[in-house]
Amino acid sequence: MAEKYKRTDGRAYDEMREIKAKAGVIKNADGSAMFSFGDSIAIAAVYGPRQLHPQHLQDPSKCLLRCTYDMLSFSVNERKKPGPSRRSTEISYVTGKALEPVLQLDAYPNTVIDVFISIIQADASTRCAGINAASIALANAGLPMSELVTAVSMGKVAGNILVDLSKDEEDYRGEKIKETTDIPVAYLPRSDKISLLQLDGRIKVAELREAIKAAKKACLKINEIQREALKKIKE
Amino acid sequence: MKQDISKIQQKKIEELISKGKRMDGRHAHEFRKIEAEINVINKAEGSARVKFGESEVLVGVKLNVGEPYTDSPDEGTLVTSAELLPMASEEFESGPPKIDAIEVARLVDRGIRESSFIDFKKLCIKEGELVWNIFIDIYPINWDGNLIDAAAFGAILALKSAYMPKLTEKDKVDFGNLSNKRLPLTENVPITITVNKIGKSFILDTTAAEEKAICSQLTFAVSKGDDKELHINALQKNGDALTEEEIFEMIDLGMRESKRFFDLFEKITEKKEKKE
Amino acid sequence: MDKMDKKEEVKGKQENKEKREKGEKDKEEKLKETEKIEEEKERKIVVPGEIVAHGFQFLPGDGTRREGPDILAMKFGLLEKNDRLVKIIPLSGAYLPRVGNTVIGRITDMNFNGWFVDILSPQEAFLPVSECFARINKADLAEVFDIGDMIVAKVKSIKSRNIDLTMRDHGLHKLSDGMIVKVNSSRVPRIIGREGSMVKIIKDETNCNITIGQNGVIWIKGNDIDDELLAKEAIEFIVEKPFIEGLTDTIKEFLVKKKEEMKREEKEKLKETEEKKKEK
Repeated sequence: MAEKYKRTDGRAYDEMREIKAKAGVIKNADGSAMFSFGDSIAIAAVYGPRQLHPQHLQDPSKCLLRCTYDMLSFSVNERKKPGPSRRSTEISYVTGKALEPVLQLDAYPNTVIDVFISIIQADASTRCAGINAASIALANAGLPMSELVTAVSMGKVAGNILVDLSKDEEDYRGEKIKETTDIPVAYLPRSDKISLLQLDGRIKVAELREAIKAAKKACLKINEIQREALKKIKE
Repeated sequence: MKQDISKIQQKKIEELISKGKRMDGRHAHEFRKIEAEINVINKAEGSARVKFGESEVLVGVKLNVGEPYTDSPDEGTLVTSAELLPMASEEFESGPPKIDAIEVARLVDRGIRESSFIDFKKLCIKEGELVWNIFIDIYPINWDGNLIDAAAFGAILALKSAYMPKLTEKDKVDFGNLSNKRLPLTENVPITITVNKIGKSFILDTTAAEEKAICSQLTFAVSKGDDKELHINALQKNGDALTEEEIFEMIDLGMRESKRFFDLFEKITEKKEKKE
Repeated sequence: MDKMDKKEEVKGKQENKEKREKGEKDKEEKLKETEKIEEEKERKIVVPGEIVAHGFQFLPGDGTRREGPDILAMKFGLLEKNDRLVKIIPLSGAYLPRVGNTVIGRITDMNFNGWFVDILSPQEAFLPVSECFARINKADLAEVFDIGDMIVAKVKSIKSRNIDLTMRDHGLHKLSDGMIVKVNSSRVPRIIGREGSMVKIIKDETNCNITIGQNGVIWIKGNDIDDELLAKEAIEFIVEKPFIEGLTDTIKEFLVKKKEEMKREEKEKLKETEEKKKEK
């Protein structure tokens, strides 16, 4: 039985934190954007298509999509040592997989599109913030995309399905040992497909269905915000 | 990948400088528009965002506690790092820091250390056992030259605006729980200026393109002593050889221009104090 | 007498007919002009995935695709509807070369067969010796183009691994002297203007020779460095204001104003130096 759980910041179960999005924030990049869920802030820069060295990495049939997710040392409470970790390597990989389906990579063989994501402030949902920022940045870079990719972190906390988990919800410890299930979702709103789905915790199938339904709803709102950010770009 | 400029671009920059002009319309000793904000990252104990024109850098200060170095058992420690994020420029490559990043970090560090801006003795909690460790992390977000000056300025702003976190009973840092105590800093604020030589002229605040055209560079940190006179705390020469006269001309120029940064530093950090 | 009158009558009728036809032609052209301006006003920014047209009568052009009766945007940019063709004009992004593009690039390396040129394209660009304009003694490659030189060339062919350039066409040469300005390649059409009208104004008002590479690299050559700086300023002005109408007039005004400013500044400088002399 689900307890009446109150979110620490008073949000409704299906309410996201305040979202801010801005495109074209890094002049040197071909495309760039900032995206934040509450205090979780991600910036993304896209360079490409551009030359890929060394040559043996080149793929004659298509462009290589190379994603790098990284948290800045001061983005977390206890300073993170600079450099990649196993976690950031995994997130880089799944982020790339989340973005790939919308890109027309066979249009630029033997080249590379580099997507750099930096988390400057971390308060959970960083990989989702990163995917949202990267999506805007890829569009800003003028790359052909079938649509934008949206992402939100779902969760089951104390038996309730919540949208956009914050750090304290992620860390929630109730009477039992593990009370939180963390489910990041990336969604393609036009084709109604899911390009990233991960899960950590303990959840029933019916609950997962509920979570995905709620994620889709939230993602449609995120898509609108991404579109506004692009349309408002200062040219 | 590292880019070079073409011969005609080099020639044009030199031609302009010989007439006291630059591609963006500035004079030889003019700085671009400077923007500086403190307290921009909520997870950092101290932070600053500095922009010289389009060159933007984020600097964060993080604190922790740990053992002191054996040769200074009653002093806190300072570690300064810089990472040239590939997102900031097509010329920055992924991977562990190379000499460019290391040099930026070391120059910023030396200016702060040698000026005695931080009172390291006041960072001692238990002599020989426990001291405060300060970490300064420098990240360029969009690189358009003069990273060192911007990073150094961001570093002192971040230090000045930092709050120390509370300690638990077990003398561990209670991260996220800040006290209202500031870092023990002295009046010896270090300002770092880089003076560049191109052709026969000297310029300040180089853009990325200009940095490829310069032949020599002198970076130095100055701070005011008790006698209110400027002292040089750290200095580094880069590039082609310089004559003695040129070196002192460059130092003179840099010292004159440092005044604006001392004033700006006061202005920004004073505002915050007043608010409290 | 009658014959003369008749001839005059016929002439008169013909003249009237011509006048009428010309009048109608003028009206048509004016209508087209206003329509074009109206179209520009209607241009809106679209985002990938957006439906930009509905119906099978529309044709999907650059940057769009068809999904059933809908035409969807595939790129971020300005939507342009010309008759039935729907396309997107990019506002940003990397330069994507097309065969026939005039480009300005920098020599970065060379081998026995030619020179590697950086034209800011996703694939590497190469200028084979055979595509160079003069007879080259293979040993003297560096004497023709050395590393660091800049050239105006044309894109001859685009293969999957690299791009071949050619210099065998008029107007292609090595650059000596002058100023280089780099802009985003998507802005190039705006800087050129309708049938070159925009760049012509800049050339005329600044007395500079201007070559615009489709890759966003622009070469300015004037007699005076101040003229070159003025041309650069005008180009940067255009780049910052891609949407406004009547840009050609605005640019002319801008240049005229700036030149007056420069003249005033020079007069003041002369005054100062004269006064200083007098003091002595």
